[in-house]
This record gives sequence, structure tokens and C-alpha cells, in this order.
Amino acid sequence: MITGSNLEKVINSGEFVVTGELGPPKSADVETLKHHAEMLGKHVDAYNITDNQTAIVRTSSIACGALLVQLGLDPIMQMTVRDRNRIAIQSDILGASALGIKNLLCLSGDHQCFGNEPGSKGVYDLDSMQLIRAVKNMRDEGKFIGEEELEAPMSMFIGAVENPFADPFEYRVDRLEKKINAGANFIQTQGVFDMERFREFMKRVVDRGLHEKASIMAGIIPVKSLGAARYMKNNVAGITIPDTMIDRLKGAEKKKEEGLKICIETIQECREIEGVAGVHVMAIAWEEIVPEIVERAGLYPRPEL
Amino acid sequence: MIVAERKPLSQIAEIMAPYKRICVLGCGSCVTVCLAGGQKEALETATALSIQRQNTGGTLETEAFTIERQCEYEYVDEVAERLKGYDAVLSLACGVGVQTIASRLPEIIVLPGLNTHFMGYPLEQGVWIENCLGCGDCVLHLTQGICPITRCSKSILNGPCGGSQDGKCEISKDLDCAWHLIHERLQNLNMVSTLQEIQPPKNWATSHHGGPRTIVREDVRIDNGE
Repeated sequence: MITGSNLEKVINSGEFVVTGELGPPKSADVETLKHHAEMLGKHVDAYNITDNQTAIVRTSSIACGALLVQLGLDPIMQMTVRDRNRIAIQSDILGASALGIKNLLCLSGDHQCFGNEPGSKGVYDLDSMQLIRAVKNMRDEGKFIGEEELEAPMSMFIGAVENPFADPFEYRVDRLEKKINAGANFIQTQGVFDMERFREFMKRVVDRGLHEKASIMAGIIPVKSLGAARYMKNNVAGITIPDTMIDRLKGAEKKKEEGLKICIETIQECREIEGVAGVHVMAIAWEEIVPEIVERAGLYPRPEL
Repeated sequence: MIVAERKPLSQIAEIMAPYKRICVLGCGSCVTVCLAGGQKEALETATALSIQRQNTGGTLETEAFTIERQCEYEYVDEVAERLKGYDAVLSLACGVGVQTIASRLPEIIVLPGLNTHFMGYPLEQGVWIENCLGCGDCVLHLTQGICPITRCSKSILNGPCGGSQDGKCEISKDLDCAWHLIHERLQNLNMVSTLQEIQPPKNWATSHHGGPRTIVREDVRIDNGE
């Protein structure tokens, strides 16, 4: 056991993992966030807390992560390399650990041009690979990037992301392997819509035995409407939606129910794929649907460990 | 070379508004080649400013000429006396040229007529591409001649990131993903396995992040060497 976070415990138990996602507010009023956190409380094993997602200013992931700790829940604090240099990154990792946060998800972050401060200076002092390695070195070697030693040991369960739908496809498994070698203990993928491509990706992952070195969770995004599907297809970086899914939604009478069906089928299909350790459900701005999804996918109740 | 673009005429007119007798000074090097600040553009700018001034009911006396390089004292010195005869000089050089004149001829008002953009080269007529940030610690040997520091929007050293799609960067469908190009090139050279090595954090201290840079070469200094 590394940190003994609930996420790590569920992974180690061999149960199929379910994580959720919460987006902090564009204000200091965290009541809705707390409400959603408690609402999903019995339905997910841990919660990603996004870090100024799509480069939009929100309450920090570290603060919201700490709030979840206070509520007795297990946050997965996201950290991007977009907004902080290595001094701030390492400082925030220490701070997160001090506040009781046990899981950290390392990512590059959407470019600042997508957000509400497009004139801001992107930092990118480190890249996501270097961030993973930096956390691992802090934890396992007790050393900062600059080689100085930490005054006391620190623990963190390290996560990374991979996008099987980004290009070049043949490099995606290499990159996943590189992230695992860098120190990732668990992986969350971009939202899965193109099942054929995801199966091919996972086949290559399993062929290399990577699923035995890190726990791989498939990203799941419930789609509420045809418009949402089209928007994601055309505007969201790194997401691909096959035309067959657009057509299916187009043909459906009740779009929302059809979207849910697609989502639940996707979870069930992912569960059948060798090497998939769980699902990460991203229902940003539709958090209240998560319990229904988890129940209908047959993943409720969650293990209590 | 250094690639620049002329500032909008309205902004130049505003900058030059307090002056009645000005010199538009072209630069014969990079900005001539990138069609932003050579003799032709200096003449055009002088004429446009005169017309603009007339249209707003004033008068502006202009002269336009060009020197070989505004970024070297040697060339600036040759026209020093001539430049002193104006209320102000509108420099159509890059930011380096403007500052060289300001430092060499402190009694002169010298103002920028260009926005200096980047170091790069012309891809085709009318299209210039940025390809060096001058980071002070070149990594082109790792990527076989494609700079990730400059050409990747996130300057990452372990790419491509998850935003790379169909060979394009997440920030624009018109922008090639540098890491896609690097991967392709290494594949063609049978070197793709080198990408599996984790590149450590870059030392940005050699770049502008380490503070403004000065290079001192004792071996070639006049007062020390031959």
C-alpha cells in the first residue's frame, strides 16, 4: 500500500473501480460542490477534482480536494503544468499531502487559449511526464527536482492520463508505457466513444503487460443531448465521437435516455475488456446522474474497505 | 532571421502625433527580407503618415531612408548626424534596432514602427514560421531538427500530448503538432525508440527565464585578444 487512499484500496481489492469527477465553482461558494460530493458519496470510490479545467478560472483543486477530505471522501487532485512552475508545483504537492490528499492526477492541461484568460502566460516549465517523475522522486527518493532533500517523507498515489484517441495512434501505447515508467500508479483515459479503437489500444496495452504495472480506468462521459455530442465532436480537444453514435442519438426519440443507454453500454463493454481496471465517469455539469449510471451499470453498491 | 510586421498605421500615427518633422528609418537586413521594414516599406509608411496627417488637418514633414543594419553601432554612427536633424525617428527595424539607436544616440527620440514577432523563416511567399525561441540550450539533436520548445504550444519535451489530432495541435487546426512531426521523422529515420527515454525538466535558466542574457567572449574581445 502506498497511501492507503480509498482509491488505492479498491484497486488493490481487485474490484472494478468507479471514480467520479467534480468541477470546482467559478466562485468561492463551494456549497454545490459539497452537495454533489455527498450525493455521489456512496456511488464512487474517489473523485477527481479538476484543476481550472479548460483553462477557466475556478476555485483551486487543492482547496476543493481538502474540503472533500474534511467530508471524509477521497479526492484525486488534478494538477496541470500549465499554470505553475516547478517551485509552485512541488510546493502545492507538499501542501496537498499536508491537507490529507492522497491521490494526485498529473496532466498537461488544456492550453490557456481555450479559457477565460486567453492572454495569460502559459507556464509549462515541466511537462506531464516530468511532473509524474517529480512526484515519484519526492515520494520514493525524498528529493525535489533540484536534488535537494525533503525534510520528511511524503506519500502520494500517482495518476496520469492517456488519450487513446489522440494521434499518432501507434505512439499512444508507447506514451502510456513511458508514463508508467515515469511513475504512474493508475491511469485514466480520455472519454471512450470509439469502442473499436479503445479495444485495439487495450489489446496493445495487455500485450505489453502494462495493465499489470498500473491500473487503467476507462474514461466515461455521459452525453445528454445530440447538441452536446456534436459540440464535443467538433470543439473539445482530444475527443473523438464516431458518426454512428451521432446517428444513434439523432434517431432516438428520447435523447437523454439514449445517451444514458450508450453510457451504460460503454461501461459494460469496457468491463469486458481485458486490462481495464475500472471506469472514470466524467459527468461535469450533470453530476446528479452519476448514481443512476453506477446503479444501472451494475456497479452498486461500492465496496467498503 | 527575425520576422516582424508593421504596426497598424493608426497606432503609428498616434505614436508620431507630437512630431512635425520625422525620419522613417528602414533596416536593410532581416526586416527587408520579411517585407516589413525595408526601403520600400519605409517610403510607403512615410507617405501614408503624411496623408493621414493632412487628412486630420495637420502637416508632417517626412523623409525615408534605410541603413544596412540598425542593430550595429557601425552603421548607426554613419547616419548619426543626419538623424539628429529630426523631431523623432520612426524605426522600421526589429526591437533590437530601435534599442541600439536609443542607446547609441540618447539625444534622439526613436520610436518603434514594427512589432517584432519571432525568429523563423519563410515557408512560402507571404508565410513565415517561427522555429527558434533562443532558449540557450538547443535540443534539436534529440528531435532530429524539429524544435519542440518553439513549435509545440506547450514546449513539452516528452510529447505528443493528448491534444494532438490528425497531425494538428489542439489550439488550431491550422497548426501542425510539432511532436507529430517529430514522431514521423524519427519513425522514418528508424529512431522512434529514442522517444521512450524520459527527458528531464529543462534548465530554463539558459533562456530569458534566467534573466536578460549577455554573452561575453574573452577570446574575441578587442581589449584582450589580437
